[in-house]
Amino acid sequence: MQRKKLVIIGNGMVGHHFVETLVQSPAAQSFDITVFGEEPRPAYDRVHLTSWFETRNPEALSLASLDFYRTHGIDLHLGDKAISIDRTHKIVRSEKGIEVAYDILVLATGSYPFVPPIPGHNQEYCFVYRTIEDLEAITQAAGESRIGTVVGGGLLGLEAAKALQDLGLETHVVEFAPRLMAVQLDEDGGAMLQRKIEALGVGIHTGKNTRNITPGKFQRLKMEFTDGDALETDLIVFSAGIRPRDELARQTGLEVGDRGGIVIDDQCRTSDPDIFAIGECALWHGQIFGLVAPGYQMARVVADLLSGREAAFTGADLSTKLKLMGVEVGTIGDSHGRTPGAHSYVYKNEADEVYKRLIVSQDNHKLLGAVLVGDSSTYDTLLQYYQNGIDLPQPPDALILPNTEAAPTGLGPDALPESATLCSCHNVTKGQVVELIDQGVAALADIKAETKASTGCGGCAGLLKSVVDAELARRGIEVNKDLCEHFPYSRQELYHIIRVEQIRTFDELLEKHGKGLGCDICKPAVASILASYWNDYVLSDKYFKLQDTNDYRLANLQKDGTYSVVPRIPGGEITPEKLIVLGEVARKYKLYTKITGGQRIDLFGARLEQLPHIWQELIDAGFESGHAYAKAVRTVKSCVGSTWCRYGVQDSVGMAIFLENRYKGIRAPHKIKMAVSGCTRECAEAQCKDIGVIATEKGWNLYLCGNGGMKPRHADLFATDLDDETLVRIIDRFLAFYIRTADRLQRTAAWMENLEGGLDYLRAVIVDNKLGICAELERQIQHLVETYECEWKKTLENEEILKKRFRFFVNAEGSDDNVVFIEERGQIRPATLEEKRRIKGIPIELEKAS
Amino acid sequence: MTVTTMTETWIDVCRVEDLEPDAGICALVEGHQVAIFYLPKLEEVFAIGNYDPFSHANVLSRGLTGDIGGEPVVASPVYKQHFNLRTGRCLEDKSISVPCYPARITKGRVQIQLSAQGDPV
Repeated sequence: MQRKKLVIIGNGMVGHHFVETLVQSPAAQSFDITVFGEEPRPAYDRVHLTSWFETRNPEALSLASLDFYRTHGIDLHLGDKAISIDRTHKIVRSEKGIEVAYDILVLATGSYPFVPPIPGHNQEYCFVYRTIEDLEAITQAAGESRIGTVVGGGLLGLEAAKALQDLGLETHVVEFAPRLMAVQLDEDGGAMLQRKIEALGVGIHTGKNTRNITPGKFQRLKMEFTDGDALETDLIVFSAGIRPRDELARQTGLEVGDRGGIVIDDQCRTSDPDIFAIGECALWHGQIFGLVAPGYQMARVVADLLSGREAAFTGADLSTKLKLMGVEVGTIGDSHGRTPGAHSYVYKNEADEVYKRLIVSQDNHKLLGAVLVGDSSTYDTLLQYYQNGIDLPQPPDALILPNTEAAPTGLGPDALPESATLCSCHNVTKGQVVELIDQGVAALADIKAETKASTGCGGCAGLLKSVVDAELARRGIEVNKDLCEHFPYSRQELYHIIRVEQIRTFDELLEKHGKGLGCDICKPAVASILASYWNDYVLSDKYFKLQDTNDYRLANLQKDGTYSVVPRIPGGEITPEKLIVLGEVARKYKLYTKITGGQRIDLFGARLEQLPHIWQELIDAGFESGHAYAKAVRTVKSCVGSTWCRYGVQDSVGMAIFLENRYKGIRAPHKIKMAVSGCTRECAEAQCKDIGVIATEKGWNLYLCGNGGMKPRHADLFATDLDDETLVRIIDRFLAFYIRTADRLQRTAAWMENLEGGLDYLRAVIVDNKLGICAELERQIQHLVETYECEWKKTLENEEILKKRFRFFVNAEGSDDNVVFIEERGQIRPATLEEKRRIKGIPIELEKAS
Repeated sequence: MTVTTMTETWIDVCRVEDLEPDAGICALVEGHQVAIFYLPKLEEVFAIGNYDPFSHANVLSRGLTGDIGGEPVVASPVYKQHFNLRTGRCLEDKSISVPCYPARITKGRVQIQLSAQGDPV
């Protein structure tokens, strides 16, 4: 069969989704595909554009890899804009002069940001908010600015405002309409949102029409409004809505709407039957859809048609739930109550700044729309009532009234019909999820991978999880959380048992609640719990036998059986005298030295019997144990901060040293790393740490649960502009709560990913004291701080332990002759097996083992 | 590998007090590094080779002890494989085992026999 030529213009989210859908459809075999994209990189997640600021890494937003296009044999032209369509000869031409013939052409050209034609809008320091390049330019300009202003108080405008604020600018929003988010919110909802955002320090100016932009007197630019007011600012970001990119269509004579947009029918066909248009460039029944979900639906319609299936686009639900500058907002359906006969229920709480409105049908039985500001926790439930036409409970206002005993607890996942759409971005129904679970796919991650559910805008993540959980529960599937064969309990349960019964030893716990002898799983886990609760000496008679070899020898075992030694260097600050001591000790014991990622110095190649001698010298010089051997608080990395740095706004070194000395050695389910940066430039890389602190003009921003390593996780911004005391109090509570509730060997990042309710729940527990345990959490950390002892100092005082546990042979002097070093780059390293064979012949044990 | 028992000689290694309950010590016995474990609950001492065939380091005496499926084991402190203390057999890879020596406590002394009694590989 002759393959047809398919050309797609536009490689945004919708264009890419179309390609992805198509290559998985029967049509894949019938087409040679060519794609033009004017941006320099393949499709990325524009919906979450703002998250670029968190990583500054375009890769993190990427939806498609070049490999994907290569693998599927798709001819992808990036950084090359299609500039004309010759419909007579059916040829597309690009800026770089490429000509490609087509049988079928799909326009996915998207939209451009609308910039009101205000005189002066075109000058330097005026930006739009659309591409990664825009964000890069804004970031650079923000570095030279104090005040930033966003024109447009819609969804994207508020997101841009948050970005400016995060960049450290005094931020203003100028909106032409009399309220924020005028399209989605009613008057009261808009007013509530405005109050909440003003409380965050953003200036909101509604009902303002900008007349002119001129050079400012105090700041770089001056915005003059038609009412005579003016606002001075250093940069302006225009985010006043979108306009369809229809210039190619116009040029080639396709029908476009009066106010722009390529006219399409229900099959997404333009006025030329061989040309389709999808996404934000398309005008369907007089409507432009500025959301990704309808664009995806259009993409699927065209992919279906090309596969010979019937399909139609029938409009889209514009309900949205989002978080604007930390303020929850949700709108569903007819949020303005325009349906004839509709009436409303309103709940307004000015104290907590919550506004909720239900719009219901004349007969009171169906939900037509809703507005939620300040608390969108009922959004998922309401959306299901709306989308599935489920009869409302009577009276319906129970759905928005604060939780009283009488109020219904919401629509459980069981109440949803199989046809209910869980994920509208990827069109996944409850039925599809149930079917997968029936096939034995039980893990949430696998279900996501299989269906793509909740991988678009992510708004349905909570709903998806509750459906999966409910379905698993119905099938009686329970995940075994037992620690190991000796204890039928999770780590958290053991923690409770130990606390409630005040258990002090492993043997007692094993006798009362376990069986057998224990193992290398449960022994260190229980040792860690006991240490984080009682904080007794880890090498005491009752505890030493539980410790992994690192804790047992208070050093880090290396591959050849020798150890490495890491003294504490709080905050990475060290005197020349101490540096010299480290050098002298390393030289004396012939140790390999290396600077660690946590701003310390690691000394490698120490033999077991050398450890006490090395540590005696270090302790004498004023060093302490660095706990590099323990699952414990390790280091607090810092940048040089305001003391030396031109940009620093707080003393990051001082804070890092304080934090490290406070939390040093606290044992936890896994190691904990911290960092303090002295300004937003973030030289201490605090956002990839379990606990990251970044200085602001007003105090400290706290980031939690980040991680580098195998599965990097960007830390979540948890609280802003904290004073010293509050910062320490929240870290106290966080540490204690993590230590109590995490699984064995679960870093804070994974713990957070699995914490039901996520960041909001954590905030409720350790900031709002929802569980009433904050005082106890603080007490626990205070106890650990007060009972801290340097484990090496204590060990060096104990002759018996030194004699017994720090000699290699129980019955002979001497050491392990299988430890052999080779010199490399002026230092030692362990010899390889080959080298050992060469040097000393094959050790007898080696022969026996092989 | 099968080592035929040549002698039944018990070799004196150390005092009972030198043992670490529920943990291991390393003894040098006629040039061999032997890991000796004392599990008080079982009232038994066990002796295996100290050499870990996975990491190629002399470390087994420094592993954590316990039981898996009722059999006493030590976990290598390097890559965490388990070795049966009664047989020397690796639980994760049945084709690997370490030498296993008869051990006993008598008159306050710890003694072993050097004729390895491991499972034939």
